[in-house]
Amino acid sequence: MEQQYVIGVLVANISGVLSRVSGMFTRRGFNIDCLTVGETESSGFSRITVAFRGNEDIRERIVTQLEKLHDVKEVEVLDQHETVIRELLLLKVRNTAETRQDIMTAVEIFRSKIVDYSAAALICELTGESTKIDAFIELMKNYGIMEMCRTGIVAIERGENCLRTLHER
Amino acid sequence: MILTGAEIIAETLIEQGCSTVFGYPGGQVTDLFDALYQRSDRIRNVLTAHEQGAAHAADGYARASGTVGVVIATSGPGATNLITGIAAAYLDSVPVVAVTGNVPCSQIGRDSFQEVDIVGVSMPVTKHNFIVKDICELADTVREAFRIAKSGRPGPVLVDVPKDVQEAKCEFTPAAEPVAAEPLRCSSNHRLQWAADRIMQAKRPYIYFGGGVIAGHASAELLAFAERLDAPMGCSLMGLSAVPSDHPRFLGMQGMHGHYASTVAEDEADLVIALGVRFSDRATGAADRFARHFAVIHIDIDGAELNKNIAAQLTIRGDLKDALRRLTAIVPQQLHTGWNSRIAALRTEEQRRTAASHSIMSEAGMLTHFEIIDAVSRAAEEDALIVTDVGQHQMWTAQRYPLRYPRTFLTSGGLGAMGFGMGAAIGAFLAAGKRTVLFTGDGSFGMNLNELATAVSEHAKLVIVILNNGVLGMVRQWQRLFFGQRYAATTLNRKTDFVKVAEAFGAKGMRADDAESLERAVHAAFSQDGPFVIDCAVSPDEPVLPMLPPGGSIDDIITQIK
Repeated sequence: MEQQYVIGVLVANISGVLSRVSGMFTRRGFNIDCLTVGETESSGFSRITVAFRGNEDIRERIVTQLEKLHDVKEVEVLDQHETVIRELLLLKVRNTAETRQDIMTAVEIFRSKIVDYSAAALICELTGESTKIDAFIELMKNYGIMEMCRTGIVAIERGENCLRTLHER
Repeated sequence: MILTGAEIIAETLIEQGCSTVFGYPGGQVTDLFDALYQRSDRIRNVLTAHEQGAAHAADGYARASGTVGVVIATSGPGATNLITGIAAAYLDSVPVVAVTGNVPCSQIGRDSFQEVDIVGVSMPVTKHNFIVKDICELADTVREAFRIAKSGRPGPVLVDVPKDVQEAKCEFTPAAEPVAAEPLRCSSNHRLQWAADRIMQAKRPYIYFGGGVIAGHASAELLAFAERLDAPMGCSLMGLSAVPSDHPRFLGMQGMHGHYASTVAEDEADLVIALGVRFSDRATGAADRFARHFAVIHIDIDGAELNKNIAAQLTIRGDLKDALRRLTAIVPQQLHTGWNSRIAALRTEEQRRTAASHSIMSEAGMLTHFEIIDAVSRAAEEDALIVTDVGQHQMWTAQRYPLRYPRTFLTSGGLGAMGFGMGAAIGAFLAAGKRTVLFTGDGSFGMNLNELATAVSEHAKLVIVILNNGVLGMVRQWQRLFFGQRYAATTLNRKTDFVKVAEAFGAKGMRADDAESLERAVHAAFSQDGPFVIDCAVSPDEPVLPMLPPGGSIDDIITQIK
């Protein structure tokens, strides 16, 4: 059955590692919905979060192919019910006298923040799960989105389990 | 001791047990070649005619010897010329270390003269690759390259070294011994027990093995396992030579141009035990129609191969030698009398079909491809190395040549690289030091025949048998069957005289167009100390049979073309 999977990938923090990981997806014809990469608490490792759609067979092939890459230290499929998943949105919307109050109300209800205010535009910042961000964007379309960008998801397992500890075991 | 980067590479190669490298010089590896030159009593460079030939030679060296082959090329075009050779090694899991020079670090990224991002280019066709920008990491990176190349499922690794890193100096301490491969993973006990239980339920077990048996040194374990199971076996192209061709349980290669008996036997089995194979499309035909009637137990060292192309009922990741030994120990002796008499009937049917199929060549009174292969095999030593290029001649050799020892059949299976043969044969000869036979076609030979120059310089005892049909026969066969006999761009009809070509390079050659001239040529070739070309005339219309059409299944097998 096709569904979205989120995997955490611990990689060596060296030049070219992102090419190797993303190249594996391209080369073998797997689609990436979203990929983020950032530093970890240890300077030797970076952490990549990849979301993709597929069935179990595709998930298994992606995991085993990633595990073969020399710079990949650990791969884990994250159980979405046991995982905190967050994404950050920055959205610039037109600031007019007619729409301002509605925008402010939406910002409040979504627990978003206005991080820049000018006569012509507002910038809203929002973090949350992707569905919440989608809903906020949908609403903002009514007020004239000027530009926006979202970071893609980062994800971390609840409880004491860590990718890092898996690697050290 | 304080050494330059180039000297460190040379010393590390020597330390890793490498006595022969294949390479071609150029601006950005002059330092490295200088360092090799000064150590020529301990390490020898074989200068090829082209970097591609060097890469195939390193590959052939590794395939024949089971050790890591090393190739060296300069930046830019030198490095890109290696790519086909590296890809051939990658697809067939051959341990090769490629060392390339690059422009100095300060020039990288500026599109400098002969600058190519070879790490980027080679990423999809290497097991791993490195660019070394810090001289302090150079020796350990080369060692790591060897470790990766030979660990687990072997494969090629590229190390790119900018010129300023070759010039820089650093303290070097030689390691006492070559790096060891990572210990091979052992299969889990309970999975082996599941496999044993499943095997004991099987009525018609069939063993399908591939190159993993050769890479994993598991030939003896495979034969013991087959005896214990009382099961027939067949193999992929890469599995050839793992067991003797005339072994009573062995039905031959299967797949697109495999033997009738092995292909049908597999389809009739109720359990296929797949060992060190990756279920390539050329071996299975249509994947969705492949495993209709049988269950699959798949054992491989590479976890990513399990369930990649064919869904198996039971997968075991681990070293084949260890898995087979333990599996044989826990499976009681099986007896499958009915199944084996069915196998015997399939063999008989295969012989009947072979006898009934008319050969265009024998009808025309010409030498047939099989007569040529047989004449060569009669003259060759029992353990001669057999190398092929790619095309019809490759399949005919794979079907026919009697192989007796592992690592005596070298072919570009996965990549199917025409032009593989000359380089690989030279590498194989230098690794084994014994006469090597190359079966090639006029198309494949034309691609890299410049390596005749290398073969002559190296006094390589090569018998080069060209099955010369004047066409690109394999593609022509497809055009005949699937493209309405429109022979687009496959009719060579060249005026090239391969005997004169051989002579021009300083080799010898003879033409063979009948039994008598063939015997004379074979005799001359096998009494010769250097390379010898036998140019054999064969018909452009002789097809390779049987044939499973691409994307077809056993139901579509073609054993005769009208």
